[in-house]
Amino acid sequence: MENAVYQYIVKRLFLMIPTLIGAAILVFFLLRLIPGDICELRMAGTGGYFDKEALAICQTELGLDQSIMVQFADFVWGFITFDLGNSMWTGQPIAEEISLRFHLSLQVAIMATLTAIFIAIPLGTISAIKQDTWIDYLVRAFSIAGIAMPSFWLGILIILGLLIGTQAYSGIPWMPPIQFVPIWEDPVHNISQLIWPAVATGYRYSAVATRMTRSTLLEVLREDYVRTARAKGLLEKVIINRHALKNAMLPVVTIFGIEFAFLMGGLVVTEQVFNLNGLGKLFVESVGNHDFTMTQALVMLVVTIFVFTNFIVDIFYAWLDPRIRYN
Amino acid sequence: MKHFMYPKLVASVAVGVALAVSGAFATAHAQKKGGELKFVVPAEPPSFDGHRETTFALIHPIAPFYSTLIRVNPSNPASPTDFVCDLCEGSVPKPTNDGKRFTFKIRKGVKFSDGSTLTAHDVKATFDKITFPVKGVASARKAFFSMVDKISTPDASTLVFDLKYASGAFIPAVAMPYNFVYAKKILDKDMHWYEKNVMGSGPFLWKGRSAGSFIKGSRNPNYYHKGLPYLDGFEAIFAKKQSLRVQAIRGDRAAIEFRGFPPKSRDDLKKALGDKITVQEGDWNCSLIVTPNHKVKPFDNPNVRRALTLAIDRWGGSKYLSRIAIVKTVGGVVFPGHPLAATKEELHKIAGFWPDIKKSRAEARRLLKEAGVPNLKFELHNRGVDQPYKIVGTWMIDQWRQVGITAKQRVQPTGPFYATLRKKKDFDVSIDFNCQSIVNPLLDVSKFISDDISGNQYGNYQDRDLDKMFDKMNRAADPAMQRKIMRDFEKRALDTQANAFVTLWWYRIIPHRSYVKGWKISPSHYLNQDLANVWLDK
Amino acid sequence: MDARSESQSITGVELEEPAKSQSWLISVLDLTRRQPLGAAGAIIVIGMIFMAIFADFLAPFDPVVNNFEMMHVAPSAEHWFGTDQFGRDVLSRIIFGARTAMLVGFVSAFIGATLGLVLGVASAYFGGVFDLIFQRIMDVFMAFPLIIMALAVVSIFGTGVENLIIAITIPFVPRCARVVRSSALAIREIPYVDAARALGYSHRRIILRHMVPNVMAPYLIMITAFVGQAILLEASLTFLGLGVQEPTPAWGLMLQGGAEEYAESAPWMAIFPGLAISLAVFGFNLFGDALRDVLDPKLRAQ
Repeated sequence: MENAVYQYIVKRLFLMIPTLIGAAILVFFLLRLIPGDICELRMAGTGGYFDKEALAICQTELGLDQSIMVQFADFVWGFITFDLGNSMWTGQPIAEEISLRFHLSLQVAIMATLTAIFIAIPLGTISAIKQDTWIDYLVRAFSIAGIAMPSFWLGILIILGLLIGTQAYSGIPWMPPIQFVPIWEDPVHNISQLIWPAVATGYRYSAVATRMTRSTLLEVLREDYVRTARAKGLLEKVIINRHALKNAMLPVVTIFGIEFAFLMGGLVVTEQVFNLNGLGKLFVESVGNHDFTMTQALVMLVVTIFVFTNFIVDIFYAWLDPRIRYN
Repeated sequence: MKHFMYPKLVASVAVGVALAVSGAFATAHAQKKGGELKFVVPAEPPSFDGHRETTFALIHPIAPFYSTLIRVNPSNPASPTDFVCDLCEGSVPKPTNDGKRFTFKIRKGVKFSDGSTLTAHDVKATFDKITFPVKGVASARKAFFSMVDKISTPDASTLVFDLKYASGAFIPAVAMPYNFVYAKKILDKDMHWYEKNVMGSGPFLWKGRSAGSFIKGSRNPNYYHKGLPYLDGFEAIFAKKQSLRVQAIRGDRAAIEFRGFPPKSRDDLKKALGDKITVQEGDWNCSLIVTPNHKVKPFDNPNVRRALTLAIDRWGGSKYLSRIAIVKTVGGVVFPGHPLAATKEELHKIAGFWPDIKKSRAEARRLLKEAGVPNLKFELHNRGVDQPYKIVGTWMIDQWRQVGITAKQRVQPTGPFYATLRKKKDFDVSIDFNCQSIVNPLLDVSKFISDDISGNQYGNYQDRDLDKMFDKMNRAADPAMQRKIMRDFEKRALDTQANAFVTLWWYRIIPHRSYVKGWKISPSHYLNQDLANVWLDK
Repeated sequence: MDARSESQSITGVELEEPAKSQSWLISVLDLTRRQPLGAAGAIIVIGMIFMAIFADFLAPFDPVVNNFEMMHVAPSAEHWFGTDQFGRDVLSRIIFGARTAMLVGFVSAFIGATLGLVLGVASAYFGGVFDLIFQRIMDVFMAFPLIIMALAVVSIFGTGVENLIIAITIPFVPRCARVVRSSALAIREIPYVDAARALGYSHRRIILRHMVPNVMAPYLIMITAFVGQAILLEASLTFLGLGVQEPTPAWGLMLQGGAEEYAESAPWMAIFPGLAISLAVFGFNLFGDALRDVLDPKLRAQ
């Protein structure tokens, strides 16, 4: 590989480290600012009796009575050695707790991204070619409707629609399964549960991607070399396919990269509505439970995914567009 | 599914008792064996140790794996006084030695799921852990057993409790569903083992868990109650959103939910599915309480506190709120319908329960004016849960508006809510609740006594007269005496001092798929959940 | 008009604007014809703002008073959008809800975008280590899950409109900063700025007179995008129980309360707030989209 590219890659790798450190510091101290205590929550429950002694015992068990710096050192060391430790709330190993939810979130993220791609690219292309015609307006209105609807509203409508619709049709109301089974164990159960949130989410993300595809395609279609190609007499279709689309993919790929990172752990409301046992749900629960170790681990996971995705997109850019490398 | 012929005599007696006492529907079919019961649970328990946890989310999925020493009668769970033996033999023993000694005979031939035999030593080890926890072990209900002096096992099938003083609260405490019986040999090795592992002697065996998703159990073929359980297994599915749980029952992804739904969900399910849905409902052993902070002016003035409770139209509110929230019955400090509870006439004499709301509100305004705060403004601290907290909170703000009080809601998620109530104490007036498992009014009213004695009083006050009444009540052996002191206690707590006041009692509504049979509703979502008597008519 | 904006973006030099409001009116009408979607969006936006300001006069009922006699009334002549489970008029709550939505939307969008503008321009202008550090900090905030940040803010500071605005503003800052920064970087590179520095122009003058006008376009576009996002975020956070509380009228709150429970028997409780949110966000997005087309010369059709 060229020296410049190699340097670029190394530089970007190095730049990830401060971001990770920054995220670690942020999450650590942010969590401890939230009032409330995990031990109290365990004992709170019914509002019935609870023992002040039991509270102290619990705090010692979880290491909460140690000084802040010790706790932080533990946390950072754990991250470096990939030892995530145990959840403060359940006592089970964090890696186990996360893996199942990670699986689900990943699957939904992939399915949603695929949905978004299948909607965005064709629609964005049409919209760019037929700019300012009624087709363009229709496509834009359709995609904006996707962002405008609150996702939980859409989810509620979907489930209710399924129940009422199937009952009207066959007399028996049907709804998607509510517990998660991995796809290799029972593909029908798995898909029939995840297709709905995937499509609902995919529709939302296609909106941003459609707009991005359209605008970059427009930009590229006016570039000089396209004009030159047109002047040379190449067919419009060939121009679009070969030259324009390839270069227009750059920003689109960026968007997908970043949004994908967001899909992992950001779908909190959708997961609630469809009862998905994903990372978003785990996130909200662990913050609500003041489960420091779990929340910290999850944040670092999501930030790492985000940073790596950015990194890969940057490398992709550098490979496609040499000008960037020399910046 | 095979038809199962239970010894006819016992079956008809059980059915007859159920009909006569609880008035619940009786089934004419014989119970069918087989099938898997799917039910939804609102939350996942943090650990599996019943002695440590206080959330109902532990009971629903985990209780089926364990036995207890005694329990509420599964055929009559609505009764607050009908207890029967589970691991003991015969009927619940009467106390001897001036009411200070209880001797239990432990069943023979009971096996844990790992094959070992259960003896009185295991039960003793269990109650030792609950009553006298060693350092480092948390026992959430230790205070309920403060009357226990000593636990002993003269032989492998006899268990003896010696109390410091006679108390009517002991047996209900033992019957609490959280008192899972553990194995001594495991407790000797590791007191924390049961937090992450399940190994009991109950009707079901541990089949598996998917973190955050579900817990499964399968039938225990060696269960000591012969012929039970009817089910082949069960699956407890975790679903946080209430509307989704309702929809799950509608779409038959689950057959039942054991906590309770609001009235509208019941109506919707009934309308959508007609006969396929059966509804069981009844009073719930939970009350919604309003706790003024006695250390914040002007709530240190009992008259201001009285004004707050006088402004609220409980009788009228009950009519409307019972249509949109899980509250209904107007009651005092004691569970409505319990022998110790106040009658309607007795309630009418307490502030906030007067039959004439106009008079009540006029008095409230007068008291506020006298105290110098006619246009009182404050923040109502509330918990971020819809049913019934936020709904009742919204209603109360409107009630107070009608006597010139302006209240704003300050809602917090559960964690910060408790932090504020327990530690920071930076609230004006807070919504609170008092939920207990077994209906045990003598102990349940500890919510109102001084905060250095009570485990869960958050109003920041001490009331020694109330403490004295509480003590006297608990040591009185005669129910008539208990009742008399209870009335005085109630009058002082809710009226003269208005330390905290009860708004309404909760109401439990369980609409479920009609093919689920054998489960009977009780006043508490903690009771009668081992699922041994449940069968599916499919 | 093409030539003018073209030259502005390259050299940063301002040319004279055509004077008089007459041509302003003509250009508005012209815009409407050429950007019908944007015009529609603008009408919606203006309508929402109007509703928010004049809510007291427009709303037929008090949005907060309970009226148990009129629980769950279907849409009728008296209650155009029906009533909710407390007997409150849904239409009035929607009109007052516009106030909350506009307040939260505009304040968070404006503060977030402006802070982002300032930081992005400063970072692009001063460059070097400052830029590097700043970029990393922005990265951290962008990577940090939005909901968790909002959860934390609300848990620490409490619920209520003010804290909600803070929670929503935070994710906007790095996003705007990033976009503004890349626009500003384009200016940074040109020799004109170096010449200006050589001549002794102060930092402030160069930034304010030459860099900022050039990032105005993305800045304005971001604001309109943010308002829509803020309204949605408010709805989501309230749905999770973290936003505005009862009995304040707010669209997200109306969807959260009993709307799901009563979705079948009283669907008007869920439909109208959902429509209100969708319409508002839709309008702002249309408007922002059209704005983008107008301000970005490269996108205009030839």
